[in-house]
Amino acid sequence: MTLALSIEGVTKRFGTLVANDRIDLALHRGEILALLGENGAGKTTLMNVLFGHYVADEGSIRVAGPDGALASLPPGSPHAALGAGIGMVHQHFALAESLTVLQNVVLGTRPLSAPHLGLRAARAKLERLMGESGLHVRLNARIANLSVGEKQRVEILKVLYRDARILILDEPTAVLTPQEADGLFATLRRLAASGLAVIFISHKLGEVLAVADRVAVLRGGRKVSDQPIAGVDRRMLATLMVGREIGVSRRTLREPGPPLLVLDQVSMRLPSGRAGLDGVSLTVRGGEIVGIAGVSGNGQAALAALIAGMAEASAGSVTLAGKPLRASPRAAIEAGIARIPEDRHAEGIVGPLSVAENLALESLDSPEVQRLGFLRFDRLRERASQAIAAYDIRCPGPEAPIRLLSGGNIQKVILARVLERDPRLILANQPTRGLDVGAAAEVHRRLLEARMNNVGIVLISEDLDELLALCDRIAVMVKGRLTAPEPVETLTLERLGLLMAGHREEEAA
Amino acid sequence: MLEGLFDILLSSSFWAAAIRIATPLMFGVLGALICERAGVLNLGIEGIFTAGAMAGWLAVYLGADLWTGLLAAAATGAAFGLIHALLTVPLGLSQHVTGIGVTLLATSLAYFTYRVYLPNVATPPRITPFQPVAIPGLSDLPFLGPALFQQTPLTYLALALFALAALVLYRTPLGLAIRAVGENPAAVGAQGLSVHGLRIGAVVVGSAVMALGGAFLTMAAFNAFFFEMTNGRGWICIALTVFASWRPGKALLGALLFGAFDAFQLRLQHRLGGVVPGQVFLMLPYLLSIAALIAVSRGADYPKALMVPYFKGQR
Amino acid sequence: MIRFEPRGHIPPILRLFAPIAAMAAALLLSALPLAAAGAPILRAFWLMAAGAAGSVFAIAETLTRATPLIFTGLAAAIAFRARLFNIGLEGQLYAGALAAVVVGSGLIDGPPALLVPLILAAAALAGALLMLGPALLKMRLGVDEVVTTLLLNFVVLLFVQMMLEGALKDPMGGGWPQSEPILDAGMLPPLVERMRLHAGFLLALLSSLLTHVLMAQTVLGLKIRAVGENPAAARFAGIGVTRVTIVVALISGGLAGLAGASEVAGLKGYLTADLSRGFGYAGIVVAMVAGLQPLAVVPAAIFIAGVFVGADTMSRTIGVSNYIADLIVALALLCVLVGGLFMRFRIRWS
Repeated sequence: MTLALSIEGVTKRFGTLVANDRIDLALHRGEILALLGENGAGKTTLMNVLFGHYVADEGSIRVAGPDGALASLPPGSPHAALGAGIGMVHQHFALAESLTVLQNVVLGTRPLSAPHLGLRAARAKLERLMGESGLHVRLNARIANLSVGEKQRVEILKVLYRDARILILDEPTAVLTPQEADGLFATLRRLAASGLAVIFISHKLGEVLAVADRVAVLRGGRKVSDQPIAGVDRRMLATLMVGREIGVSRRTLREPGPPLLVLDQVSMRLPSGRAGLDGVSLTVRGGEIVGIAGVSGNGQAALAALIAGMAEASAGSVTLAGKPLRASPRAAIEAGIARIPEDRHAEGIVGPLSVAENLALESLDSPEVQRLGFLRFDRLRERASQAIAAYDIRCPGPEAPIRLLSGGNIQKVILARVLERDPRLILANQPTRGLDVGAAAEVHRRLLEARMNNVGIVLISEDLDELLALCDRIAVMVKGRLTAPEPVETLTLERLGLLMAGHREEEAA
Repeated sequence: MLEGLFDILLSSSFWAAAIRIATPLMFGVLGALICERAGVLNLGIEGIFTAGAMAGWLAVYLGADLWTGLLAAAATGAAFGLIHALLTVPLGLSQHVTGIGVTLLATSLAYFTYRVYLPNVATPPRITPFQPVAIPGLSDLPFLGPALFQQTPLTYLALALFALAALVLYRTPLGLAIRAVGENPAAVGAQGLSVHGLRIGAVVVGSAVMALGGAFLTMAAFNAFFFEMTNGRGWICIALTVFASWRPGKALLGALLFGAFDAFQLRLQHRLGGVVPGQVFLMLPYLLSIAALIAVSRGADYPKALMVPYFKGQR
Repeated sequence: MIRFEPRGHIPPILRLFAPIAAMAAALLLSALPLAAAGAPILRAFWLMAAGAAGSVFAIAETLTRATPLIFTGLAAAIAFRARLFNIGLEGQLYAGALAAVVVGSGLIDGPPALLVPLILAAAALAGALLMLGPALLKMRLGVDEVVTTLLLNFVVLLFVQMMLEGALKDPMGGGWPQSEPILDAGMLPPLVERMRLHAGFLLALLSSLLTHVLMAQTVLGLKIRAVGENPAAARFAGIGVTRVTIVVALISGGLAGLAGASEVAGLKGYLTADLSRGFGYAGIVVAMVAGLQPLAVVPAAIFIAGVFVGADTMSRTIGVSNYIADLIVALALLCVLVGGLFMRFRIRWS
């Protein structure tokens, strides 16, 4: 096997945090290497170093040229990385939405001084590449009009168009159905067979076992294992990745209470053309967790916005415990809905405000925290101290700006803020995304605890394992429609995947 | 009465005036469009107009020929553009506040420089301005000839720059990169291009073009430099850019419409001067700009990364 | 390559030091145009310092000049805190001044004791109403408030000119476009004998204190900060973002309107179209130098006022244009922006 890439002793620090600690990694032609690790293990940092977004503090990187000879890669230059044949597909796509597929692919491939775009030759080359790889997209379509899966294909085509010899994919399956992911794996194997070297970054054990030839495991910034896939199993990888055995939260069976949240034939149109809601009906009872699965962008955001009071239905009715729910965040809070937003930084917190102020953000008009319009700072501090203790929030103190906290601790602040109000219903939208295993387990524990206290819970998640572990019933969103929730006992991963891909319910059965 | 109004609209001298009045706006709106297509709002425009007007005029006043004066104006605009770009692109400072700062700086520097050369002059000295040039053949066309083809070279330059800008933006790799950097800088960075380089370049070039609009005022319209002569033209250009949905063709049209409106109100002012106070007419361009902003507010298809700073390795 | 690392905690000394260093840098940079104009630099700075603070009279003049700047500085500070870029302070100032002369010059009969409060209320209301339009356009239609407020400045000034040549023109004004004077009962009393410093300055100090209390101690203040720092999160948490923004717009416009009232009823006595020497725009600089902190607006305004007053003195003595003051103010804004960057981030070179 010929070496395609050699990472030697790379160390990258951010302040006191060592994100990469003397990492060695070798990649061969025609090989799919899985880079496995938890959130925060250092996978993305390592790839950013490789791609020139970051400069390593120590260590070096050598890349094989077209002739196979290794040459060292100049640090800190994406331009040099591209030139050396490295292509990267980021988790968040790097596409200009208002431009076409073709324009996005040729962007930056010709010198800026060139007099024209050379679109005809580019189109011919792309047609050939699409034929060879099986990745088909409409070249004249605007990116904004493509599905997530199509956008990912464009990203891979961008890399192939540049004649890359190394392809890096960062968490590529997060946005795909299980079936689409299988399709991607087949494509990757085909590309590898033609000589491409692939690095596949993931934290999902199943897909690593399914696609990789070799797996390297990162933990806390260090490489803790590097071996052929043949010699490992799921349990082994899990232990390597986390460094300890995880206790999984288990539901206890119980009878759900009376209907709490009832959506009846709710529709919502969005001006932007993104998926809204189309005749959605759903009943959530007290003391049960109803999961909402689906490929992202199928209307989950609209459903969450509706329940959170952030958006209004254009048709149908929404009631909570029999009373119509007014479409305002304030009304949702006062009706007893605890809302955990999808993007905790964008919607959950106000970064420069203190932990105490963020904890009080939903209760500002209550006499608890104010008197005649003046803030009661003693009460704010007291409440914050209680929450910090009860939820084990690691922070310098109640007065610290919340932006200094880690993602897990920010999520705990949000949990404390909404759960302290004794809600009747919890809307949890991707509540564990980006959290490490410990913090995610804590979120799960809190949700299950609320369930035992007769709180109804809507759990929207792209993590099917999470849904299957926590939910009583699961419904699937496809193109703004919601399937009837099915008891988790009768659901399989495969059936969920078929439903997510839009197969009708009876076909999927 | 109504008949009189139609007479105005049908006279070629009216349209000649409309195009003349539109010329500084053409430069301004094109400059603003270039900056904003790359994702940078340049509120320095009002000051850059003033500085361009002052620099072009001063160069000619000190003995340079008109084209050298024009070059001086463009270079001045580029310099202030560079200040705005350096502060807002690599340093990521607020484009709103920095732009206001650049306007204050460019304006006060222009006034100060003027006073250095002419400390105690009450009547600003005049220069020999650009003269209208009749385009052979075309200028004899009925109606269109006197309206469009007997303008100063600066008007022709503005039209040529519009054509060039449209060509570059939509037909070349550079233009594609500029449009992409205003939509999603991460897409440009991931393809190995320098986001900061593209943005700084666009702002510098756009600011140079803006300054030409100021130079038109002193070198083709008023033939001298006055305090507060820019009079909000820069802000109007910012509004026109929004109105034009950041498209060169629409921007040209918007500037021309605006020029026509302004020429029309000037003639109206002549006729109704005794009845309605002059200030009412002078207010109209500003109110029209606000009205234009409101008209397009619902469907504004703005560059998605306008005013969003970009730092390497951040997505 | 430059990298910015956010500082976890900003030491208070740095908060104080950064704007002071920025002002020093602005003054240093202004030496370049001074030198280019052939002025003796050290003497010019000395004359400016003496002109701004060299005598009791100079200090009183500086404080007089600082008065409108405190009002407009506060107006900008509170608006910017809510991420509402009110650049229309100049227009709101004139609207306030116009309302002040309408109410104060005898057009309305009332008990003399109430005249001053009436003038102030009318001015604040006029400024507030002028800012209401752009704020509503921003919140309802997404129209950029920067452009609308800038454009309205021109409209208001033209309207004032129209009024001064028409309905409000003083028949005793010798043909000059100026309004009738404010009645004696409506004038803000002077603070020091034979000086121009007037009670408007105390009013400005009080406004600064009240704005500080509002921002730091009240629920509304916390809501304003939340809306300004992260409007999406504020809305998600049930804060009425539109309502808070409208309230901020009214307060901001009202403060700018008070600047106009204080100038006509405290200093000039009547309205002319050159009442403000760019106090609206300078207010933005004051707010930025003050780091948008209401209490810090007072020293920042006094510094900027000192630059203007000192530059006038220097200009009279050595004949360099007093536009150098506007130049220093512009440099101050850009320097303080860069200074803020050094304060919030550690700058590393690699």
